[in-house]
Amino acid sequence: MENRIEKRIELKAPVSRVWRALTDHREFGEWFRVNLDGPFVPGEISRGQITYPGYEHVKWQAVVQKMEPERLFSFTWHHSLDPDADISKEPTTLVEFRLEKVQAGTLLTLTESGFENLPGDLRLEAFRRNDGGWTEQMKNIESYVAQRP
Amino acid sequence: MSRRGRSRITAKRRAHASVFAALGDETRLSLVAKLCGGQPRSISQLTRGSRLTRQAITKHLRVLQNAGVVHSARTGRESRFAFNPEPMEEIKKYLDLVSERWDQALSRLKPFVEG
Repeated sequence: MENRIEKRIELKAPVSRVWRALTDHREFGEWFRVNLDGPFVPGEISRGQITYPGYEHVKWQAVVQKMEPERLFSFTWHHSLDPDADISKEPTTLVEFRLEKVQAGTLLTLTESGFENLPGDLRLEAFRRNDGGWTEQMKNIESYVAQRP
Repeated sequence: MSRRGRSRITAKRRAHASVFAALGDETRLSLVAKLCGGQPRSISQLTRGSRLTRQAITKHLRVLQNAGVVHSARTGRESRFAFNPEPMEEIKKYLDLVSERWDQALSRLKPFVEG
């Protein structure tokens, strides 16, 4: 079963610009929509408050993993719905941003992996948000499994 | 979230093993593949043609059962196992949800760095 997310996007901006948008905590906060308490430091917990409409009650907690300038930025975060969740005790997934210089500017590859670590209750959130267009994308699970025995 | 809602979630967390973990094993995936045709099967039927012992198959079925991916029903002296697609559909939905959020975040990043 596929339990990893991968996105590739080409950005018409130099690698240095994209790197700043990802790793400067104020810039990251603007497009990601989170109000971060302080700069990203590898090995340390990053905290903040989500500013995305409808999710303002959600706290941001991540552990910064790698910051290899203009190449790789990664962090782990948890998916708990509990507002009192403590990242040091929660199962996490790994988010990685990889940057690559291309003619048009920067190729950004995002991956999120480790979903097998998450407990079964995460499905509750999927139910709460069962109003999105993604439900239509759902494939017939039986043929899905049959194709990947 | 209310205290009650939270304790319900905690209870559910205990009750459900991770579906991802349950499916992250080749033997268990092949058992699911055998069962997803819809026909309930006994342990003997599932052991046939496999290199694994009846005991090993039983152990794997228990893991799948704890994750809610299969359920069993007794018919006479034998237990028959059947596929339950719900938890896997839920997992698929959750991945789609996370995936959609990344699409949205990256679509905000694009004008942010290009602008």
